[in-house]
Amino acid sequence: MEKRTSDKTCVIIGASHAGANCVMELRKQGWQGRIILIDADAHIPYHRPPLSKAYLSMDDGADFNPLFDKERYREEDITLKLGHTVTSVDSGSRSIILDDGTSISYDALVLATGASALIPPIEGLSACDKVRVLRNAADAKAIQSDFKAAKNKRVVVIGGGYIGLETAASLKKMGGDVRVLEREERILARVAPRELAQFFQKLHTENGVRIHTGVSVRKVRETSEGITVICTDGSTYKADFILVGTGVRPNVFLAEQMGADLENGIKVNDQLQTAVEGVWAIGDVAQFYHPRYKKWMRLESVQNAVDQAKVVASNITGSPKVYDALPWFWSDQFHVKLQMVGLSAGYTDLVVRTETDREDCFSIWYFKNNELLAVDAVNNGKAFVLGTKFVKNKTLVDKKKLGDSTIPFKPNVLMKKESNVD
Amino acid sequence: MAKITYITKSGETFEYEATSGNLMELAVKNKVPGIDGDCGGVCSCATCHVHVAPEFYGKLDAPSEIESDMLEFDDNVSEYSRLCCQIPVSDLVDGIKVEVAN
Ligand SMILES: Cc1cc2nc3c(=O)[nH]c(=O)nc-3n(C[C@H](O)[C@H](O)[C@H](O)COP(=O)(O)OP(=O)(O)OC[C@H]3O[C@@H](n4cnc5c(N)ncnc54)[C@H](O)[C@@H]3O)c2cc1C
Ligand code: FES
Repeated sequence: MEKRTSDKTCVIIGASHAGANCVMELRKQGWQGRIILIDADAHIPYHRPPLSKAYLSMDDGADFNPLFDKERYREEDITLKLGHTVTSVDSGSRSIILDDGTSISYDALVLATGASALIPPIEGLSACDKVRVLRNAADAKAIQSDFKAAKNKRVVVIGGGYIGLETAASLKKMGGDVRVLEREERILARVAPRELAQFFQKLHTENGVRIHTGVSVRKVRETSEGITVICTDGSTYKADFILVGTGVRPNVFLAEQMGADLENGIKVNDQLQTAVEGVWAIGDVAQFYHPRYKKWMRLESVQNAVDQAKVVASNITGSPKVYDALPWFWSDQFHVKLQMVGLSAGYTDLVVRTETDREDCFSIWYFKNNELLAVDAVNNGKAFVLGTKFVKNKTLVDKKKLGDSTIPFKPNVLMKKESNVD
Repeated sequence: MAKITYITKSGETFEYEATSGNLMELAVKNKVPGIDGDCGGVCSCATCHVHVAPEFYGKLDAPSEIESDMLEFDDNVSEYSRLCCQIPVSDLVDGIKVEVAN
């Protein structure tokens, strides 16, 4: 194991969940050389999930919740270059160039450049100056100030995915008049099954968010009276500002420059290494092969960013590891906490377990024949924790008992007696 | 100002003083092994599980439903289990000792 790295430099581009955790893990795992962490964002790296949740309703000037304190970077001897964009990379000479012209050489380079929000090509949309996305601190601040300035507090959210719905819930709680326009026949169409989507649709409707599904935005018009959103079915909606939550595009520009393999993200092997020597990619930007699922994928979650940061640090410091973590995710909307574990793609049947003694407390269990693939838990931490164990251990679950809410929700009761799936 | 003591799985003791934040944040800041705080303290990940010294357990506000739920089937749960991101630093916890659960 090569641990004598004191004369070497590891450069990490992108200082969010993936990049910031990566530098801390590098030190923890014995990297003794220089570490340089770079991000275009000038804030001390911070948690992104609160941006669409608690942050919006906080006072002006409230701090962003830092991933690590400023002092910690000092203690760990990490050079922070915040407020700097990396404009180009030369993998031949192993160096990167910053927007101020500085050139930095590296021995190992980690691309943790994440993803950027997409603005769909809708007439008038990108020209309208009251159009927001929500990806970083500056976006959250802009939404806060637009909302404050909005005369009628009318917000149109384009896109009914997690970010759109979480932001809709937050702005509604702050007194907004909020609509969500979703092109598909239901919300969360790409990321959740019908059962769950129906629940969230009801939740939002009951809380006063108006959700319109099957509605495509054709045009956006801005006049002195405000904004009008015009849909293909002829319906129109007035707004003080628009939030676009229609998905993201991985930031692959630098990888492309180096000639790395790209395919909906930067392609990495199961050790998170790109096709370019000495260059790694982690987090939202990485398209990786997941041995557990025997599939290529790109995940957008804190879990994936943090766990990949740990694995890449181990690989860079010379203790090879394969990335094989079980995916999990959460979302908070109104009084509801959704927690998901596993990936439900390819399920053959599902069991809905409702806890009848509690309001809005249920879980959805996805099976591929007898194998439990994934669990979505709504206000149900028990189902999330137990589901995690069952999926991890490939425990055989008694579907009949699981679906019967009169049968206690206990591991020993729900487990089938014959050991496990394989 | 509250003094907080963490005892890790391997028996190491970490002592800190703090005036704000919560017990998870303080532990992460100081690299206390076994407390990761992956979700940032919103009761979504259970990577901040501790056992609170019995004499302090009763002084704390009772856990929320979601916190109790998360703990019920977690590894090494005990009657003194808490997710320490849900324990704010305050005079109330001055002198508290917590054992890291995992
Ligand atoms: C509003 C919001 C809410 C979310 N809620 C949840 C949630 O509840 N649960 C959950 O699990 N996940 C949630 N996520 C997803 C999660 O935050 C992401 O998966 C995570 O941030 C990915 O981390 P990352 O470091 O890979 O990328 P990013 O967070 O996208 O960070 C990439 C960084 O790279 C920088 N960068 C890119 N290119 C360059 C360059 N050339 N030079 C310099 N810097 C560059 C960018 O400025 C950026 O800071 C949420 C995301 C958002 C935006
Ligand atoms: S930090 Fe995630 S539950 Fe406490």
